[in-house]
Amino acid sequence: MIGYIFQRILAAVPVMGFVALFVFLLLRLTPGDPAAIIAGDTATPAQLEAIRDSLGLNDPMLVQFFTWIGRLLQGDFGTSILSGKPVIELIEARMEPTISLALTTITLSVVIAVPLGVIAAWKHGTLIDRFVMLLSVLGFSIPVFVIGYLMISLFSMELKWFPVQGFRPIGDGVGDFLERIALPTFTLTLLYIALIARITRTSMLEILGDDYIRTARAKGLPESRVLMRHALRNCSVPIITVIGIGFALIISGVVVTESVFNLPGLGRLTVDAVLARDYPVIQAVILLASLIYVVINLLIDIAYVLLDPRIRYS
Amino acid sequence: MNMPLTFKNTRGLLRNALFTATLAGMAAMAAPVDAQTLRAVKHSALRVLDPIMTTAYMSRNHGYMIFDTLYALDSSLTPQPQMVASHTVSDDGLTYTFTLRDGLMFHDGAPVTGEDVAASIARWGERDGMGQVLMSFVDSMSQGASASEFVIQLKEPYGLVIDSLAKPSSNVPFIMPKRLAETPSTEPIPEQIGSGPFKWVADEFQPGVLAVYAKNEDYVPRDEPASWASGGKVVNVDRVEWVVMPDDQTALNALQAGEIDYWESPPSDLLPILELNEEITVRNLNALGFQTIMRPNTLNAPMDDVRIRSAAIASVYQKDVLDALVGNPKYYSLCGAMFVCGTPLASDIGSETLIEGNGMEKAKALLAEAGYDGTPIVIMHPTDVGTLRTQPVVVAQAMRDAGFVVDLQAMDWQTLVGKRASQASIADGGWHMFMTNWVGADVFNPLVNNMVNGKGPEGGWFGWPDVPKLEDLRTAYATETDLAKQIELAAEIQKVAYEEAVYAPIGQYFVPTAWSSELDGVLDAPAPLFWNITK
Repeated sequence: MIGYIFQRILAAVPVMGFVALFVFLLLRLTPGDPAAIIAGDTATPAQLEAIRDSLGLNDPMLVQFFTWIGRLLQGDFGTSILSGKPVIELIEARMEPTISLALTTITLSVVIAVPLGVIAAWKHGTLIDRFVMLLSVLGFSIPVFVIGYLMISLFSMELKWFPVQGFRPIGDGVGDFLERIALPTFTLTLLYIALIARITRTSMLEILGDDYIRTARAKGLPESRVLMRHALRNCSVPIITVIGIGFALIISGVVVTESVFNLPGLGRLTVDAVLARDYPVIQAVILLASLIYVVINLLIDIAYVLLDPRIRYS
Repeated sequence: MNMPLTFKNTRGLLRNALFTATLAGMAAMAAPVDAQTLRAVKHSALRVLDPIMTTAYMSRNHGYMIFDTLYALDSSLTPQPQMVASHTVSDDGLTYTFTLRDGLMFHDGAPVTGEDVAASIARWGERDGMGQVLMSFVDSMSQGASASEFVIQLKEPYGLVIDSLAKPSSNVPFIMPKRLAETPSTEPIPEQIGSGPFKWVADEFQPGVLAVYAKNEDYVPRDEPASWASGGKVVNVDRVEWVVMPDDQTALNALQAGEIDYWESPPSDLLPILELNEEITVRNLNALGFQTIMRPNTLNAPMDDVRIRSAAIASVYQKDVLDALVGNPKYYSLCGAMFVCGTPLASDIGSETLIEGNGMEKAKALLAEAGYDGTPIVIMHPTDVGTLRTQPVVVAQAMRDAGFVVDLQAMDWQTLVGKRASQASIADGGWHMFMTNWVGADVFNPLVNNMVNGKGPEGGWFGWPDVPKLEDLRTAYATETDLAKQIELAAEIQKVAYEEAVYAPIGQYFVPTAWSSELDGVLDAPAPLFWNITK
């Protein structure tokens, strides 16, 4: 197992290298010039060139790439072209809202969706099953921004239970933190409930027809034990996979939700940087997102082994 | 990890989480709000902090918060002294001596001196169009006999020295410490130290999220009442926060819920909702508004033929553009004046077809006369900016109606900004036309209005018309001191500019600001200003 993890970490190095090269080239081939954005409407060509020089944009592409990679290997993500702030500081400032939203959403989704999926499978074909499926279809079908606006309209504008927008770090107080993270969490949770409940139901339906479940019931085990211990654990692999990918998706940015609730997360940082052609920020955020995917995939693979003893990595 | 989930546990967890969240939310909602913090949603995020290096309006607005100016325009567009106590001009009109008023101090505690002023004006003069014209007349700038004096020595008389120093919009000649002003104008200043009414709170700056300003307790305002950008800059709140909200609906809800106090530029489709709310004031603060323009590229055929350019302009009816862009006539005005309706230089010379909408036959005749061969006209269409994505569609259709073949190329604004600087041929990725908007104060005279620059490919503005007569007239305007003659020259410049079809204003529109009725004293101004406001 240790050897496998080590192999996976080693394999991640060329993946990250390829991502770095791809992102770098993609950005340089995209139309738009950060120097022109900074210089504004009245800059002369000479001033534009001077700005490009000061930003290093006139260097040959290879020089730019290796300069960036060299700094990256020393832990220096560079400096934002526009704000002049270190990129690492910008990312750090945006991590908390994003990680908070990911944790609260995934936690709430799992807590609600897994039992719903189990019940739907257990009561297959009944009204409860159909209700869960309806909820799932709605969660998939209604755009997140519509759910967000409805949430704001009801809970913020009408009932005045929660603020419309914004984020407070947990360090400013748990109450402030919760009241602002609640609505975006509820909004995304609807989508994730749909996803996780559906996967749980499908997996459970397959398992519940197996012989060993019939045996467990014949032994007189309580139904809750049959469902949770024997069935759910055996269908946890696809559920864990979906949860892991869902977590990675939120971490790498849920721009619409962040915009509707004005959460200063990584998604907005990425979009702002792309629109402003802030190359160092875009490169760093995409590399980070790739790293997150690699790590989460690794964790999912490790979880497989822990949940299903039949799975072994050599 | 192996703990089984039971239904009982799950219900309990869910109930507890919701209960905790609701209780926490209600408790926080009941917390007192800091009455001395003004929260504003601006039109965009503040990105570049140097208001001289860039012409971005957010950087200009930032400049107004922390820097001060020597002069500023009042509501009648007359320059008034701001940092200056008085000035004298020598009999030959070549020496301007300015005396700074007492009590001017930078945020780091250093007094403002003539050396700081000289360095600041020199840096501004490198970047700004009107500053560059001023600098072409300047022989030297230096501190005067005392630290509070500043002297400009001219090579020849120049009529717009004070007007230049009172320039209200990008780039504004803000005064900064000499050590900062000596930064090359192509590099950002390393610190945000000014002598203005607010101090920059660097620790709380989050680009794309939040910019914070604290009241400068040491600022000594002038005694005169505030008028536009001039007069006493009395700050009545402790702190101003510029909050970035990328979603208009969120900003609307936040203003209605009292979470923000001020929304600089709500989109026109949401104005009816705001206007119905008695707790919100909606008013246009900038009487000059915005000028939206179409700009042909004179380098690429067939737009290198003045008849083709004139045909394109003649096909356009401003009302069609403005109906599509703004909708509500309360917030737009048909205006063919290149130097903006509502200013002394406003004139309708040459703009009849734009205002009357009767130019289609003229356009067709011009196309026939020029022998237009159906070459597609490349119009750049920025689809990501709400105030710019409509005009290209309307203009393209008008041109098609006249007989043009139009290639409307969709792109984001930053791609357009990069592409418009290219003088390449169409085959090499060049362009024929784009539309943009200007704050009225940026185009209200022939020196600040880049579009009437006739210097051609070397020194002209994007589109690069080579019209020496325009340059002669602009030089005459610059050296003229009599307003009546300036008005005549401006009218002549406009006439030539229309004849040469260098550009066309395709409407004047106004973007009202919305604020909570808890605020009082919001100023009419060329840029959003936060002094004089009480909460």
